[in-house]
Amino acid sequence: MNRSTPFDHLILILATLFMVLPVVVAVMTSTHSAVEIHQNGLFLTPGSHGDETYTTVLTRQGGFTGQVTGTRMMLNSLILGIGFAVGKIVLSMLAAYGLVYFRFRFATLLFWMIFTTLLLPLEVRIMPSYQVMSSLGLLNSYTGLIVPLLASATGTFYFRQFFKSVPDELLEAARIDGAGPFKFLWDVLIPLSKTMMAAIFIIMFVYGWNQYLWPMLMTTDERFFTLMRGIKQILQVWIGSQIPDYNEAFALAILALAPPVLVVVVFQRWFIKGLTESDK
Amino acid sequence: MTDSLQAIAPARRWGKRSPTPVEPAKRVQFDRPLLPWLFLLPQLAVIFVFFYWPSAQAISSSFYLEDPFGFGASFVGFDNYRDALGSVEYRRIAGFTGFFTVVVTGFSLGLGLLFAVKADKVIRGRSSYRTALISVYAIAPPVAGLMGMMLFDQHIGPFVKFAGWFGWNMQVGINYWDTAFAMILVSVWKQVPYNFIFFLSGLQGIPASVREAAVIDCRNGFTRFRTAILPLLAPTAFFLLIINITYALFDTFAVIDVMVKDKPANNPITLVYKVYNDGFRGNDIGGSAAQSVILMIVVLVLTLVQFRWLERRVHYG
Repeated sequence: MNRSTPFDHLILILATLFMVLPVVVAVMTSTHSAVEIHQNGLFLTPGSHGDETYTTVLTRQGGFTGQVTGTRMMLNSLILGIGFAVGKIVLSMLAAYGLVYFRFRFATLLFWMIFTTLLLPLEVRIMPSYQVMSSLGLLNSYTGLIVPLLASATGTFYFRQFFKSVPDELLEAARIDGAGPFKFLWDVLIPLSKTMMAAIFIIMFVYGWNQYLWPMLMTTDERFFTLMRGIKQILQVWIGSQIPDYNEAFALAILALAPPVLVVVVFQRWFIKGLTESDK
Repeated sequence: MTDSLQAIAPARRWGKRSPTPVEPAKRVQFDRPLLPWLFLLPQLAVIFVFFYWPSAQAISSSFYLEDPFGFGASFVGFDNYRDALGSVEYRRIAGFTGFFTVVVTGFSLGLGLLFAVKADKVIRGRSSYRTALISVYAIAPPVAGLMGMMLFDQHIGPFVKFAGWFGWNMQVGINYWDTAFAMILVSVWKQVPYNFIFFLSGLQGIPASVREAAVIDCRNGFTRFRTAILPLLAPTAFFLLIINITYALFDTFAVIDVMVKDKPANNPITLVYKVYNDGFRGNDIGGSAAQSVILMIVVLVLTLVQFRWLERRVHYG
């Protein structure tokens, strides 16, 4: 086996700096005042204005209508992340169960119809999707924010792969004991899938929380703004100001990145397992 | 009892070849003709309303010229396509999109592989390196773009100062190629962790016996990597290649949108940004739809070509 050399560590340390340093700079700089940043540039050490800046970002009534605060945007991001993850798990688990455990006509056709959605991301059909939403009257609603994002088959494939790896003997045994389809799903398959569900939840939560283009188009009403939308907002205000609110922009960025990063770091093992095993 | 074989399409995802053309999802299945429809109904409903309907609309409205004030539309055949493909601006943006995609994909795959190989090799501190390297995965593209904006800020950005030492007067947001440079760097930074995760798990899936045999056969570390390890990673790399191209084409939208700050005039943009810009800003619905359809075709062709062409050269261990 190969011994590691100092050179390997050197590369890894440089890699770590490359990946993590921007985040550290953002965290540190967000605790300084805008004037300090304007004069001295970015910081690698903590400052004394952190409390102030974060309180302002979280509680100040911003926007044109004065109805949106950082807390509100965070709540909306949370609703989007959790709603999307839960919706995805429910829809795709049911669909995968139907595809894997039942013998029926058109199964192949349905499989390919669902598969096709993997090929075309939302971005290429963004304009007509918007028109469809608008004709359904779903603009500026949580339904409109979450449900269209569910129209992709990633979760279905994760669960399909997983169900296929479940031993056939389980179903045979369950049927001998007289379990029907609902009982088998509820009492056998769902308890077996817990780890898988956790992994998919993490992946989908991050995906939902990080959505940008769709919420930006769907929400003109500021009560539905997410943090990602807030970032766009802060940059628009920025243009033309004397001393831009660098500190607030950084604080907003930290608020927007902290929850998903924490989730991924804390549940690292599940997350990696879910991501790599289901994609093969 | 339903022990008969059943023909659900093969379990074929990116890069994995199934042993037979058609294999059953399960040897044992329930035999209720209607119940599966109930389970599939929610997913199918969402897909029809939010995938097939808009896709069909994109195709149909690409053949119409819509009045910007909403007074009807007239059928114009392939005019929208001709306008798009014929315009110099469209071709220039398509050229940049191609360049951007190749560079972003190449660097993110290369760095992801390099970091994974090194992280696989070391023992001390392995899990700290791993945590540090994957954490950025969870950062949203617009947040990455915002942080990039600060690092490349004309006034406070350290990168601009650094470039200044070498006599490079970097003007992100003003100079075309400086902006492109910043966009590429941010996009690569954001995507490296994803590739790192997959390459690392691919490397760790290679059995110790194979590695030991390779050490006996070949003393040179790099040659050994190239001839023994790399072919075993090919399925992973193949899968990642498609994912990375899709990322560079579509998911970078937010990075670009944040970094050009609504002023795409003199800045580099990609085709997806143009679809958005023409549709929502320019109110050119037919033109935007035609561009959407062109992108759809590009994605479909890309996927099919890669399935057929690259798959043959990939060695499956």
